[in-house]
Amino acid sequence: MHYRSTSYRIFTTANTILLTFLAILCILPLVHVLAVSLSSSTAADANLVKLWPMGFTTEAYKVTLSNELFVNSFGISVLRTVLGTLISLLLSVMVGYALSKESEHFRGRNFYAWFLVFTMLFSGGLIPGYIVVQKLGLINSIWSLILPGALSVYNTILLLNFFRSSVPKALEEAAFIDGAGHFRTLWKIYLPISLPSLATISLFTMVGHWNAWFDGLIYMTDSSRYPMSTLLQTIVVQRDLSSMSVSADEVQALSNRTVKTAQIFIATIPIIAVYPFLQRFFVKGIVLGSVKE
Amino acid sequence: MKTDNKRRWNFKLTWPLHVMILPGIILVILFSYLPMFGLVMAFQDFQPHLGFFESDWIGFENFRLMFEYPDAKQVIWNTLLIAILKMIAHLIVPFTFALLLNEVRKQFFKRMVQTFVYLPHFLSWVILGGIMLDMLSTDGGLVNQVIGWFGLEPIFFLGDGDWFRFTVIVSDVWKDFGFSTIIFLAALSGVNPESYEAAVIDGANRWQQTWSITIPAMIPIAVVVATLSLGSILNAGFDQIFNLYNPLVYDKGDIIDTYVYRVGLIGGDFGFGTAVGVFKSLVSLLLIVISYRLAYKLANYRIF
Repeated sequence: MHYRSTSYRIFTTANTILLTFLAILCILPLVHVLAVSLSSSTAADANLVKLWPMGFTTEAYKVTLSNELFVNSFGISVLRTVLGTLISLLLSVMVGYALSKESEHFRGRNFYAWFLVFTMLFSGGLIPGYIVVQKLGLINSIWSLILPGALSVYNTILLLNFFRSSVPKALEEAAFIDGAGHFRTLWKIYLPISLPSLATISLFTMVGHWNAWFDGLIYMTDSSRYPMSTLLQTIVVQRDLSSMSVSADEVQALSNRTVKTAQIFIATIPIIAVYPFLQRFFVKGIVLGSVKE
Repeated sequence: MKTDNKRRWNFKLTWPLHVMILPGIILVILFSYLPMFGLVMAFQDFQPHLGFFESDWIGFENFRLMFEYPDAKQVIWNTLLIAILKMIAHLIVPFTFALLLNEVRKQFFKRMVQTFVYLPHFLSWVILGGIMLDMLSTDGGLVNQVIGWFGLEPIFFLGDGDWFRFTVIVSDVWKDFGFSTIIFLAALSGVNPESYEAAVIDGANRWQQTWSITIPAMIPIAVVVATLSLGSILNAGFDQIFNLYNPLVYDKGDIIDTYVYRVGLIGGDFGFGTAVGVFKSLVSLLLIVISYRLAYKLANYRIF
């Protein structure tokens, strides 16, 4: 009956309007960017474009996709994302499995656990980290983008908790009695049960790799080795093209407003593409890690 | 039974477990522990061509400089101010938003809103920085056009120190308020529907239900979020600031991380940059330990 009171109805209407406004506010910038990128240069430069393209043209995308530097950086981003996610996942699964064993069965378990957790609490910071990567000879190598953050302790803890709470002990015991070793048990028993968690972690890792830009900026001295986020940072945000080995014409073409927005939009496409899958998983994933009784 | 289990386990060798953990440990030693030894640079007048062993030891000189440079003091103050304002906003906005979302009865509308507001969390600050530079431009950016419709002068959002701070905080809330709501919604999904029914029978109206059931259900999570965020009091958001700032707003927008990058890595003053980094790492470590203890005491929260 209270649902029908006048004051509650007024509240519901106001609430619906407010929530709709906030929801639109969250995607409005992307719509604007898409509209500008599909507009003619003249309309864009005269600031005529709001949320709908003016003088529709895909010219900006043609310019962007015919730029070798940009296409190349797209490839580097794909490579680091695929390679980085696979390696990260493999590491987290193995470490998470080992740490999911009780310390009475696995001596050294607690030492390992604290050794890893301490890295979440304290770090050497930017400069010593940079020097290590440099001394290992990883400057300008794709491995500098993959190895330093390859083991996510946070994801490992998520998996560890999942293994402990969701894999039936009886099943594992049965596997051991049948003579399966740890690797076999992990592969045949743990992984099939944990597929949804693994999917969640992979998606988040993928997004992280795709979005990462700072490592590319400091570890790559040659702009032709930049992943796309880093290239975008240099072209669109810093607007500094001096370090790039591109001709004056290309500089002109790349710094055009419609081209810049096209670059921004291309970089968001993969995120938008995986977003529906992400959304299905992340509520579960976050609850898994944060709200633990 | 217990001893039985134990005996059976002892027959199983644990070496495969050590093997599984080894690659992870090696990476952590290389990329997390090795850099910690690099912290000795903070006590050196570090010269890259001389290395750790040949560079002069200068004790706490770098730290003394940090507290004397007006630059560095300003940077620490900026960091604290921006981080604390963000912490407060990140508590209030998602809390309120979760309350409002909780009142929505139409599931389809609720899901649509959620789909939209979670999205910005997944976009990087490079992308958002690019978009904001475009939209906030004083030269006909969309936001300043809208401001113009009301007959107001264009605002120099990213070129004026105070507006810069404002922009940084608002855009950060914009990016993450949706995502931060999830944890509160999760807390609300744990509320037994029967308690609402009981309240209705007792004659409670919607406001009273919200006040005495919904809000109390969210308080423990809010306490956890608030205490845990203490640990990031010196993290004002490097990615965001780096992608938005420019020399015009260094005085009010420069934070510890961007300062270390500029003075240390770009300027080549490795010793001083590391010292500022050490200061940050130590204070953060202290705060994280304190905040986890607090969270455990106040809300019985543990990560593992």
